Amino acid sequence: MNSFFERRYIIAGIFIVLILVLLARLFYIQVVDDRYYLFAKNNVIRRYIQYPARGPILDRTGKIMVQNEPVYDITVVPKQVKAFDTVEFCKLLGIDRAGFDKRMEKARKYSPYRTSVFEKQIAPQLYASFQERLSEFPGFDTQPRSLRDYPDSAAAQFLGYIGEATEAIIKRSGGYYSPGDYVGITGVEKSYETVLRGQRGVQNLIYDSHNAPKGHYANGVYDTAAVAGQRLISSLDMKIQKLGEKLMTNKVGSIVAIEPSTGEILCFVSSPTYNPNLLVGRERGNNAAKLYKDPYKPFFTRPVQAYYPPGSSFKPLSALIGLQEGLIKPSDTYNCIGYYMAGNHRVKCTHVHGTVNLAGAIAGSCNGYFNMVFAKVLNAKGGKNTDDSYTSWKANVNKFGFGERLGVDIPSEGKGLVPTAKYYDKMYHKGGWRSTTVASLAIGQGELLATPLQLANIEATIANRGFYYKPHLIKAIGDKQVIKHEYTVKNYVGIDAQYFEPVINGMQSVVDYGTGQGSKIPGIVMCGKTGTAQNPHGKNHSLFVAFAPRDNPKIAIAVVVENSGDGGTWAAPIASFIVEQYLRGSISQRPSHIFPEYYIEKNLLPAIILKPADKARIKADSLKKVSLDSIRKQKQDSVKKAALRSAQTAMLPKRRDDE
Amino acid sequence: MNNQRGFFFNVDWITVLIYLALCTIGWFNIHAAVFDENHPSILDLETSYGRQFIFILTGLVLGTVILLLESRFLSAVSPALYVVTVLMLILVLAVGRGVGGNQAWIDLGGGFKLQPSEFAKFATCLLLARYLSATNVKVTDPKSFLIAGGIILLPMVLIKMQPDDGSTLVFCSLIFVLYREGLSTYFLVIGGILITLFITSLIFNEWYVVIAVIIVTVLAAISIKRNRPLLFKVIVGAVISIGFIFAAKPLYNKGLKKHQRDRIDVVLGLSQDKKHVGYNQNQSIIAIGSGRVWGKGYLQGTQTKYAFVPAQSTDFIFCTIGEEWGFAGSVTVLGLYLFLLLRIILIAERQRAPFSRIYGYGVASIIFCHVIINIAMAIGYMPVIGIPLPFISYGGSSLWSFTILLFILLKLDSNRMGINHA
Repeated sequence: MNSFFERRYIIAGIFIVLILVLLARLFYIQVVDDRYYLFAKNNVIRRYIQYPARGPILDRTGKIMVQNEPVYDITVVPKQVKAFDTVEFCKLLGIDRAGFDKRMEKARKYSPYRTSVFEKQIAPQLYASFQERLSEFPGFDTQPRSLRDYPDSAAAQFLGYIGEATEAIIKRSGGYYSPGDYVGITGVEKSYETVLRGQRGVQNLIYDSHNAPKGHYANGVYDTAAVAGQRLISSLDMKIQKLGEKLMTNKVGSIVAIEPSTGEILCFVSSPTYNPNLLVGRERGNNAAKLYKDPYKPFFTRPVQAYYPPGSSFKPLSALIGLQEGLIKPSDTYNCIGYYMAGNHRVKCTHVHGTVNLAGAIAGSCNGYFNMVFAKVLNAKGGKNTDDSYTSWKANVNKFGFGERLGVDIPSEGKGLVPTAKYYDKMYHKGGWRSTTVASLAIGQGELLATPLQLANIEATIANRGFYYKPHLIKAIGDKQVIKHEYTVKNYVGIDAQYFEPVINGMQSVVDYGTGQGSKIPGIVMCGKTGTAQNPHGKNHSLFVAFAPRDNPKIAIAVVVENSGDGGTWAAPIASFIVEQYLRGSISQRPSHIFPEYYIEKNLLPAIILKPADKARIKADSLKKVSLDSIRKQKQDSVKKAALRSAQTAMLPKRRDDE
Repeated sequence: MNNQRGFFFNVDWITVLIYLALCTIGWFNIHAAVFDENHPSILDLETSYGRQFIFILTGLVLGTVILLLESRFLSAVSPALYVVTVLMLILVLAVGRGVGGNQAWIDLGGGFKLQPSEFAKFATCLLLARYLSATNVKVTDPKSFLIAGGIILLPMVLIKMQPDDGSTLVFCSLIFVLYREGLSTYFLVIGGILITLFITSLIFNEWYVVIAVIIVTVLAAISIKRNRPLLFKVIVGAVISIGFIFAAKPLYNKGLKKHQRDRIDVVLGLSQDKKHVGYNQNQSIIAIGSGRVWGKGYLQGTQTKYAFVPAQSTDFIFCTIGEEWGFAGSVTVLGLYLFLLLRIILIAERQRAPFSRIYGYGVASIIFCHVIINIAMAIGYMPVIGIPLPFISYGGSSLWSFTILLFILLKLDSNRMGINHA
């Protein structure tokens, strides 16, 4: 009928092919490619994170150490801003026109349609007056936030601080944190971050193309509520903590007190300290920069980071090892003639003690006696096996937590230093050193370095007659008061209980009539030991370690006052005030006529003599913006430097000996 | 024969069923696209979906009326219809109301508007069928070709002046009608080659396209070297093609308006503007793609519900189908269209009267062109061109004109055994 009849196939073919092309593309975007599904979801669903309140921290009596203070951010959605009285607005917030424009520009740059923070952390009073007039400022809104607040302004290094998550933290968290989130940077805030931060809630809200909210996605099935951070109950006693910080005003040093029967840290003073409220709120950046530049390094957590030669405070431990090894008896006597012959050189003693037994040697801090004990220990396996003997002596010292991390629950704890035999092999040569070569170890000098926490822990161990609980700063977590299992385990140090009494006798004598007699507390039997840590850079560091009462001890303590002289003069009285305040709740009149106010008022800060290099560094630091990260790094550096410096000190050939 | 027993028995009921299916799909998807919480009923006349129901009902009345007409009348009235349509197209340029930048509507008062370009489609088809079915007219004859081309071009130019690019393009599809009636295959081949060259030279460096053309030419020359005349044609074609390649960019830049170029750039991937020019299309692709295999379910499409896609009840109605019914919905709708198109070809070919056959091809071409352009636009294969999806998109003018277009064919078909229109 028609000559072009067959062309219908071609036309039908074109129809089929083009429709199949469309179907192929549809197959690809609908079935193969999943991206569009996500795009559509992101289009309408916006995840809002509900930040839970960070957990508060209480002291052991239930007193609040850190809580959350409500503040408010003013937010703005630039596109929603309509004409309003800018002058009035600026006046209300106390900003000028240029500042207003700058903030608006920043918000607009971020997104014209999304909420940005216009002004951070305004005080509740300002919030109230702003909120009243909010309707006059379309596009602006307020958003509650919370800041950390420290009612007592104390225990800064223990609590640590929180700060905005850095890039490194965000990376490490695997995306949990986002920029602008607050996270614990130091102290307990850091080590208990996961407990304190609580659980974030998520709200999936639906928004239409005009950015108007349209309710919850899937009726809120996927939403979760925020769970507030858990409360931490600290082992600290705020009363003695505050007393300790007061006593250490204008001094450099530490006070660490431990409850021997639990390992709970009662007092954790790092001096000089700072007011933790300075690192909160709008002035935070400036304050942090100032503190960072402070030459006395207030960010340095001395109780766990500073290293000191234990000096004579080490002697009880030295004696205990000798007794356990059966090399000395409490009744053994030694005749002190004012010096000890270590090989062919004299180790000076503080004075001529005459004939002393163990208790007398501790009470009078006789260097000669302990050199004798140490020589016995190191020669126990014969003069040629000093290496072996030394290694087992070191192991015994390590058992006290000395030279190892105790695992306290705040970051950056130092190990201290008890050198290995290899260390001396290197220093001299293998077999080239004897008990006489390392004689100063006997009296806590030489290479030995300990943190104040380690010193306090040794006292807790002596108080317990042979074991300690891991010292810790948080005694219970949350409303259920969960106690970590590791804090209920007794760590035995390998010394039988019977050997403690003679040593404790000596320590009681120290306070009763020995080098620490000025610190005797009427009615309380305190056992202690003074120490003077040698400092080649200036005056010696004053040390005192003690526990009290003698029977059923309630508190073990270590006090270090840098650059102040000998142990009995400064550290011991300060320790005695803390002990008495803790045990009795007040400080009584002392027969020695010492009173806390004298110690509080005394300024013992060492003069800071800046080397040209340091001056240059500080100047350079003040120019660059100080980030909190660099503060932390600085801290670590200073730990290393302190260790190095002390180690160098120890290697000086001329050694002045202890009291 | 059967026509004695009344025309309804001769109506192609399969086509009617497909028609009804597409209208129903349209109605439900309009309901989903512009769903209003305050007027949830699909029959609520306050809403687009309520009104669409009225349009479908009146469309059916219109279809029945057409079936009651005399076939002869349709052929006889076609020149007059064409003239009236052309006059309306001129009128709309003078008094038309703008919608989306186009002067396409005549306000009839009482909320009713008329879009003459919709009616121009079947009017042109009818006149083209009448002219080409005349005994002494052959498309291969240059004079006849020019007249036929003129019939198509006149409304095309008037619509272009509104300007309504979508409807203008639809008239191009009538080339299928001419082809079926004997137009040289070269027109199709050359058209295809030109489109390919144009697009490739916009996307790639012109020199690459030239090299590709030379390689193809050399390969073709080697395989047909004995056929001298064909070889000559191929070489001439290649030379013209190379000239065209270098003309493409200036043509593109001078011949098209900025907003048109922007839309094309987005499709060709020459610009990545997802916020402004590309926004609508991007959101449309997201909507369709997010439907996955089975879709999100009726009234559950978030892209649709929260108004991320513009014109979702009219030009972008396919988004709603793709999002809420997924690939299954896409296959169903495209399957129905393909079935309808093949059915129309079958109907056209079984006509004794060339008038009916030619008109049938016109119907198929126009529906095909709408479907391809509309869906290709929704999935980003074509620049954004405002053109409704036949029987599905919201709107009385569009639905009625497609109903008239299709039912005229059904009327002609029901009479196919009867009078021969010479």
